[in-house]
Amino acid sequence: MARPAASTQGALPESVMGAILRDAALCALVALGLCLPLIAYRMDPGPGSDLVLVPRWGLVAILCAITFGVRLGQRLLLLRRDARRALTPAPAQATEAVGGEPDAGQKVSKIGLKLFVAVALSLPVLATLATGDLGSARYWIDLGILILTYVMLGWGLNIVVGLAGLLDLGYVAFYAVGAYSYALLSTTFGLSFWVCLPLAGLFAGLWGMLLGFPVLRLRGDYLAIVTLAFGEIIRLVLINWTDVTGGAAGVSSIPRATFFGIPFTADEDGFAARFGLEFDSMHRVVFLYYLILVLALITNLVTLRLRRLPIGRAWEALREDEIACRSLGIDTTATKLTAFALGAAFGGIAGSFFAVRQGFISPESFTFLESAIILAIVVLGGMGSQFGVAIAAVAMVAGPEMLRNLGGLKAVFGEGFDPNEYRLLLFGLAMVAMMVWRPRGLISVRMPSVTLGERKAISGAHVSEGHG
Amino acid sequence: MAAPVLTVDHLTMRFGGLTAIADLSFEARRGDITALIGPNGAGKTTVFNCITGFYKPTEGMLTLTHEDGSEHLLERLPNHQVNRTARVARTFQNIRLFPGMTVLENLLVAQHKTLMRASGYTVLGLLGFKGFRDAQAAAVEKAKGWLTRIDLLARADEPAGSLPYGAQRRLEIARAMCTDPVLLCLDEPAAGLNPRESLELNALLRHIRDHEGTSVLLIEHDMSVVMEISDHIVVLDYGKKIADGTPEEIRTNPSVIAAYLGVEDEEVEAVEAEVGLSLPHEGHPA
Repeated sequence: MARPAASTQGALPESVMGAILRDAALCALVALGLCLPLIAYRMDPGPGSDLVLVPRWGLVAILCAITFGVRLGQRLLLLRRDARRALTPAPAQATEAVGGEPDAGQKVSKIGLKLFVAVALSLPVLATLATGDLGSARYWIDLGILILTYVMLGWGLNIVVGLAGLLDLGYVAFYAVGAYSYALLSTTFGLSFWVCLPLAGLFAGLWGMLLGFPVLRLRGDYLAIVTLAFGEIIRLVLINWTDVTGGAAGVSSIPRATFFGIPFTADEDGFAARFGLEFDSMHRVVFLYYLILVLALITNLVTLRLRRLPIGRAWEALREDEIACRSLGIDTTATKLTAFALGAAFGGIAGSFFAVRQGFISPESFTFLESAIILAIVVLGGMGSQFGVAIAAVAMVAGPEMLRNLGGLKAVFGEGFDPNEYRLLLFGLAMVAMMVWRPRGLISVRMPSVTLGERKAISGAHVSEGHG
Repeated sequence: MAAPVLTVDHLTMRFGGLTAIADLSFEARRGDITALIGPNGAGKTTVFNCITGFYKPTEGMLTLTHEDGSEHLLERLPNHQVNRTARVARTFQNIRLFPGMTVLENLLVAQHKTLMRASGYTVLGLLGFKGFRDAQAAAVEKAKGWLTRIDLLARADEPAGSLPYGAQRRLEIARAMCTDPVLLCLDEPAAGLNPRESLELNALLRHIRDHEGTSVLLIEHDMSVVMEISDHIVVLDYGKKIADGTPEEIRTNPSVIAAYLGVEDEEVEAVEAEVGLSLPHEGHPA
């Protein structure tokens, strides 16, 4: 058993490596053969009415190289997998949970969250160092703010979807309630951001309860449809109730965030003057960055704590088996309602942050696509896993952003190539790949909330996804 | 003779045109193991679902009496209150554990009411008050006690879904017992158990009756279990009670034998001749 594994774990035997290289080269040759008639020449309208052939040998070479690389990588991966399979018993022989060795996902998720927080804390510094000065780091810090907003939304929705197992397709409604709460309270009554922040959470939580009461007796698909409708209703109300919300034009000139009362302005009452710094408009951006980081971490901390309290265990029990919950005297409606309201409250707080950062909001920011993205973050991350959600948020938000930087590919695909147009295509591809390889999300293991001995993760194979 | 813990009065349950239970009355006495038996489809699980609040009976009254004399009308309580205030716990015919949670967590979820109160409905617990930590430690101790009894202490940190079938059955009973019930309703607890596990189950149920102060009502097909441990047996057939008594009485009751084993063809013919038409049913094998 161990013999072939030992030989592959160390240096590959030359015969195996040679065979793999030959195979990859053969694939590249086939690709070349296919490219010759299809890609090597492009017909362009030339001067006058005749056509000219434009040779594209560079593209052919790149495609052949890609084919070679992918085939090589695939063979090497398969080789490693076969060696690993030879060592570990097949899933049919023993359940995953019994095997004591933590798999890669478990190992990562143990330190992952701490690593994520460390990177997030140091991002402004790193970006400044990398780009030279604070001003040019703005792009990266703005991107960080965007990512962290989605991380917070993902963590908030994770309470509803991941822990309580309630499929909520209208989460963006609570985000909108939070955003409009701050926007309207501050522009109408002049309330400060720090008063509005908890109020926005409260309002969104109340809306969550209001929606929850009639809706939470529904299960599964029906709950999903009703929450979806609720999200749309909120958006349509925001568009049509022009007197209060400003309609499609939205609410503009929302007051900026202050440093606990000290505005970020250039005059002598401003933040820079008070703290003896040179005025820099980036102070506000960095402050916003750390603000959303703290808000997201509070969401995370509360969630992690709640998981170890009876209410958190009741949520998870509800996801596992609602009927058994009722037979144990758990009021399922109240339990669902708390999950719904708490998730909504965090969404609302994130919403008021969104409003203070943008300074302008309109119903356009709260479309169904937003709900879908947040839900995708939770599902991709692995339902219930805090670190998985964080990673998924980074991938989902930063990924499309990175596409903008792929302008270099124009050299390959021609001038008209805009990588951004392929965003949804790649998004779909990523989804399909996830469904095939990690149907339960990036991190599918569940950590028990209380143990007698060592804390060992539970394989996702045992954990239910909930039925509404 | 002990006072009844559960009194079922004229219980009727109809699903549209189908009468699953017709005018059923019986008592389960305190400190007894009462068995509810009958052929498949006799309405046993429906009775359970009525008692535990999963169905609202069409007619009839279900009274649960606590030791202090307080009475709870089960048919009027919302589903979860049947366990919370009337303190009736149940298990399910197809096991309903929380498979993705550990064995220990399963037992802690069962102590939700106590722990919720101790955590100040989450507020105090969130702030990390000591009262909650003590309550949690006590809950874990209680769970450990039950795990020792059902011989699962070594597997406390494993997911409940990974346990073998027999252990899952025991765990479900322990989980129900963690809610401190007055009446424990077991829906076919011996289904799928091997003979040795059946014996262990008998011992567990006797312990619950004798030392935990919980009366037991069980549905069971395995006659080795029923006849061995029951103090009282109620036999149902087609939603009606056909016999009620001690195991000895039931063993020799002709209508029970007829319902379980079927009657001879001649007898059926004789009765048919008497009535002048064929019976709606002519007995059915168990």
